[in-house]
Amino acid sequence: MTQPVLSVRNLEVEFVTRRATLRAVNGVSFDIAKGEVLGVVGESGAGKSVTGLAVIGLIDPPGRISAGEIELSGSRIDHLPPEEIRRVRGKRIGMIFQDPLTSLNPLYRIGDQIVETIRTHTNLSESAARRRAIDLLAEVGIPAPEKRIDGYPHEFSGGMRQRVVIALAICAEPELIIADEPTTALDVSVQAQIIALIKRLGRDHGTAVMLVTHDMGVIAETCDRVAVMYSGRIAEIGPVQEVVRNPLHPYAKGLMGAIPTLAGEDKRLVQIPGSMPRLSAIPPGCPFNPRCAFAFDRCRVERPEPIRQGTQSVACHLFEPAKETAA
Amino acid sequence: MLAFTLRRVLQAIGVMLAVGVIAFAMFRFAGDPVNQMVSIDTSAAQRAEIRHSLGLDDPVLVQFGRYFINALQFKFGVSYQFRLPVSSLLAERMPATLELAIVATILAMVAGILMGVYSALRRDTILARLFQAISLIGISLPTFLIGILLIYLFAVTLGWLPSFGRGEVVKLGWWSTGLLTVSGWKAIIMPAITLGLFQMTLIMRLVRAEMLEVLRTDYIRFARARGLTTRAIHFGHALKNTLVPVITVAGLQFGSVIAFSIITETVFQWPGMGLLFVQAVQNVDIPIMAAYLLMVSLIFVTINLVVDILYTVVDPRLRSTVGRAA
Repeated sequence: MTQPVLSVRNLEVEFVTRRATLRAVNGVSFDIAKGEVLGVVGESGAGKSVTGLAVIGLIDPPGRISAGEIELSGSRIDHLPPEEIRRVRGKRIGMIFQDPLTSLNPLYRIGDQIVETIRTHTNLSESAARRRAIDLLAEVGIPAPEKRIDGYPHEFSGGMRQRVVIALAICAEPELIIADEPTTALDVSVQAQIIALIKRLGRDHGTAVMLVTHDMGVIAETCDRVAVMYSGRIAEIGPVQEVVRNPLHPYAKGLMGAIPTLAGEDKRLVQIPGSMPRLSAIPPGCPFNPRCAFAFDRCRVERPEPIRQGTQSVACHLFEPAKETAA
Repeated sequence: MLAFTLRRVLQAIGVMLAVGVIAFAMFRFAGDPVNQMVSIDTSAAQRAEIRHSLGLDDPVLVQFGRYFINALQFKFGVSYQFRLPVSSLLAERMPATLELAIVATILAMVAGILMGVYSALRRDTILARLFQAISLIGISLPTFLIGILLIYLFAVTLGWLPSFGRGEVVKLGWWSTGLLTVSGWKAIIMPAITLGLFQMTLIMRLVRAEMLEVLRTDYIRFARARGLTTRAIHFGHALKNTLVPVITVAGLQFGSVIAFSIITETVFQWPGMGLLFVQAVQNVDIPIMAAYLLMVSLIFVTINLVVDILYTVVDPRLRSTVGRAA
C-alpha cells in the first residue's frame, strides 16, 4: 500500500477557556491518499473545520492540539516550530476558505497577492512569478487572465473570487488542499463549477483534497470517501457510495435520510430528534446516545471505538462483533 | 474621479463663503471700528471722513463684497494694534506655527503608529501595557499642564532645553526656519511634544484598535494559510488596511494641531499665529481675529479635501465607486 498524503491519528484539539477545557476534536483518525478526495460532513460544531485548521497548523490560542499525530507524506507536521509550519502552509498544503468575498485583501491587486505567495515559496523572479500567476488564473478558469491579473478583488464576482482563492491555494503545487466549505457562500449555479474545478485540479495534479462541507450533494458528487463527524469524532468513514447508500451508524442513517430526493416521493424527510450536544455538555459514552433510537445501556457509559465493516469503519456499539454475539 | 474632486472643491468653496460671512459679521458686532482707531478729541467731521475713506458708510452688502474680494487676495485690512497689514503679520508668524505643527504631527504619527502596532501585536507584554497607560495620560491631561510640567522638568530643573521662544532662526526668502540651527531644534522639542502628545495617543489607540480588528479578518487568516511570513502579514497586509482610518484622523487632526497650537504657543511664548491671535483677542484686534478665523477654516477645508482624495489613493474600492458615481 502506498503511503497516504495525509495521515491523522487520534487527533485531539482543545480550547482552554476560563471556565472549562472544551474538546472540539476528540480522537479523530483518517488517511487521504494521493489524488483522493475525502469529504468531511457533519453539523455545525461537529469539529470539521477545526480538524482542517489543525492539519494546516492554524489553531490559534486558546486552542491547541492536545494529542495525536498529523503526518504529511510520512513526516510529522504537528508540533513543528511556527517558522517551519509556515513553510508547509501554502507550499505543501493549500487552503480554501468559505467566504471568497473576505478571503482576499481588498487593498492589493489579485496579481500581487498571487505573486507574493509564489515568491514566498519558490525562487521565481518577479516576472516569472507573474507569468505563472497568469497561467494559474487561466487554469482556474478566469477569462482574459493577463488583463484580470491587475484587478482588485472587489472587481470580481463571488465565483470568480473563489477561483482566485483556489489559484492562490494551488500556486505552489501543494500535496494537499483543504477546502473548508468552499461553496457555501456561492450561488448554486456557481457551486457546481467550483466543485468541478476543485475535482479537476485534484485529478490533474494528483493532489489529495480534504473537502469540508455540510452539503451531502457536494459530497456525493465529488468525493471518493466520506467521513461523517459528530461531536468531535468520526462516526463513520468509508467509500462515498457505501456510506450514502448503506449508512451503518444511526447518525449517518439519519443524515442520509434527511437528503431530499428529486423523485418527489410523497414522504416526509426523516429528522433526527434533538440537536448536537454543546461542547461543554457532551454526554458520557457515545455522544450520540441521547438522540439515538437504538441506544442501549452500554452506549451511555462506554465510548465506541471505530470498527471495520467491509470497506466502512463505524464507531457504534451495534456493530461490536464478539461481545454482542457472545451475550 | 475628476467629477468627484470638482464636487468636493465646490463644497469647500461653499464652506469658505459661510465662514467669510461670519468673519465679516465679527466687525459689525464688535462696535464701531473708527472709535477704536481715533483718539477721544477727534471731531465728528474727521470721524465721518475716516469712515468714508475706509468705506464704512457704504451699504453692508457692498462692504461685504469688498471684504470678500480683498480676502481672496489675502488682504485682511490693517491691525488696530500694530498698525500693520494683517496679511504681512500673519505671513511673518506663519512659518513658526507651521513648523511646530508639522514637527508635532510627524512626531505623533511616527511614535503613534509604532506604539500602536507594537501594542496590538504584543498585546500582553509589559511595554504594551505601559504604552496604554501613557496614552491614557496623554488623552486626559490638558495640553497646558503637560507644557508646564515639561518646562519645569527640562528647562527649570535640568536646564537642558529653553523654556520659551524659537531659538535662532534662518531666513529662507520670506520663510523663517528654526530647523537649521541647533538652538532652533532644542527650542522646538518641548512645544512639539506638548502639541503632538494628544495626537500621538489618539493615533496609537486608533492603530491598536484597527490593527486588532484587521488581524481578525478572513484575509489575514487566508494570508497565514498561504504561508506568508509574519512580517509580510503584519506590516504588508494588516498595516496597510489599518492606515485608511489613521490617515483620516491624522489629516483632520493636523487642522486641530494648527488651531490648538494657540495654547502651546502661549505656554512656550512661541512666536506663531496662535500667540498673535491670543494677543489680538486681548486687544480686540478684529482684523487679526477675522483673518485668523478665515485662515484656520481654509486649512481645515483644504485638509478635508486632501484626505478625501487620499482615501481613494489608498483604497481601490473607493476609486471605482467614485468613478462609477461620476
